[in-house]
Amino acid sequence: MKRIITLKINGAPVEDAIDDNVLLIDYLRGARHLTGTKQGCDGGECGACTVLVDGRARLSCITLAASCEGREVETIEGQATNGRLSALQRAFHQSLGAQCGFCTPGMIMAADALLRRNPTPDDTQIKAALGGNLCRCTGYVKIIRSVRAAAGMGREAAP
Amino acid sequence: MSRALPKFRLLRPESVEQALDALRATPGARLCAGGTDLIVNMRRGLVAAETLVDLSGIGDLKTIGMDESGLRIGAGVTLRDLADHAGIALSYRAISQASRAVAGPSHREAATIGGNLCQDTRCLYYNQSHWWRKSTDFCLKYRGDICHVAPRGKRCRAAFCGDLAPALMVYGAQVDIAGPKGIRRIALTDLYREDGTDYLTLGRDEIVIAVIVPPTDAASVYDKIRVRGAIDFPLAGVAVACLTTPDGAKQISIAVTGTNSRPVGIDVPPLQDREDPKAYFAALGKRMQKGVSPQRTTTIAPHYRRLSVAALAMRLARSLI
Ligand SMILES: Cc1cc2nc3c(=O)[nH]c(=O)nc-3n(C[C@H](O)[C@H](O)[C@H](O)COP(=O)(O)OP(=O)(O)OC[C@H]3O[C@@H](n4cnc5c(N)ncnc54)[C@H](O)[C@@H]3O)c2cc1C
Ligand code: SF4
Ligand code: FES
Ligand code: FES
Repeated sequence: MKRIITLKINGAPVEDAIDDNVLLIDYLRGARHLTGTKQGCDGGECGACTVLVDGRARLSCITLAASCEGREVETIEGQATNGRLSALQRAFHQSLGAQCGFCTPGMIMAADALLRRNPTPDDTQIKAALGGNLCRCTGYVKIIRSVRAAAGMGREAAP
Repeated sequence: MSRALPKFRLLRPESVEQALDALRATPGARLCAGGTDLIVNMRRGLVAAETLVDLSGIGDLKTIGMDESGLRIGAGVTLRDLADHAGIALSYRAISQASRAVAGPSHREAATIGGNLCQDTRCLYYNQSHWWRKSTDFCLKYRGDICHVAPRGKRCRAAFCGDLAPALMVYGAQVDIAGPKGIRRIALTDLYREDGTDYLTLGRDEIVIAVIVPPTDAASVYDKIRVRGAIDFPLAGVAVACLTTPDGAKQISIAVTGTNSRPVGIDVPPLQDREDPKAYFAALGKRMQKGVSPQRTTTIAPHYRRLSVAALAMRLARSLI
């Protein structure tokens, strides 16, 4: 079955005809060519595919695209504005939070969901929020440091 | 476009009535709430359904009500919202702790309490990819005719691993079930049976719509044994509630997940006012070991899980008295 869905992706309204059984990750990567979102496992185990749906972190590899009708989806491609990296992206770059980079889009989106509801998390809260995101390279220390650094940038930017 | 999931038709009802109509009109249809159990299993070829009935658009299922008459949690309430509820954290601590102990934070944004109570049972030989299972000729639970855990057994021993069920059972929770004949209310423990394949007493045309928890003064706690601090299903999970009666006795209720094909309540006598706690807890540990039957359904040995259940139950019960 095909259906028409309307939603917002990274702020832009979008309308598409999709199959009922299409997963959000395949819709984003296939139909929308937003390949920043990664598939790291065979479903639900690793967090690499994390995107935001209405501001909340969701695993796009086990989310049906059709269930995002009328919602706002944000991906790693929506982080930078006018060519300037987001605070999280800059922090991951500067604090060496990425090595191979495969888990990084998911890490950044999960961290973004955290910082929106808690702009000044401590390390325990950062670890809890990233608990579902696996990284095979960094050993996590620098990822946590990066999120902490991004939170600091947010504080500096605040009036 | 997608090859990850088999073809199906998705229905998105906006009310429980519409969802019941959809189930009635399409035999073989499956319910999907947060999809964090179902979609994973569909990706692995463990569920074949031509129609999915998506419950996530039904606003009526997403409310939490709490007053002197107790607690009512709509089946569509997400585990994130359940964990964030300050009143539940205060008066029903085990429920709050259990909802926070499920999977990872992004799963909990989608995962619902209804889906948690009805999630499929689990086994090392079942929660695998299609090619993995094919290499062992599948198994009794799905498509095969032998059980790799108990080869002489006639019944699947896959373990029920939901974290919420024991935490609700120690409060004597009930569930409201909507079906073709209206709404029926049963004790949560009666939603389950000890059969890894046919683990729910729910009809295919029925929907769990709410969980009802009576008001209580009991203190409670939930904890689980797992290898990693996040994501992992419980190798065993234990909930304990403790109520002090007017004569000073401690009434203790305990329920366990992860060890049997259903969540199990363990009968324990009250700890009397002047009873020797040391002897009481030693007996409690024995009772726990006898009350559960973990099988070789995980990488962790059944004997270790049995001992862990006892140790965890003793530790949790002690923390409440
Ligand atoms: C990596 C990973 C780790 C996990 N770890 C845990 C864990 O630690 N503890 C744990 O408990 N779970 C865990 N889960 C399983 C799952 O996330 C939870 O059980 C979740 O609560 C399921 O809810 P859902 O709404 O997503 O259910 P769905 O996947 O939508 O549904 C699950 C089942 O319940 C049925 N169902 C759903 N709602 C209803 C209803 N209202 N009435 C009748 N039937 C219904 C569906 O038909 C389906 O068969 C994990 C999953 C993954 C992928
Ligand atoms: S307990 Fe036996 S039948 Fe059940 S899933 Fe495991 S191997 Fe299959
Ligand atoms: S790709 Fe691994 S959780 Fe989605
Ligand atoms: S940086 Fe390589 S997986 Fe995380």
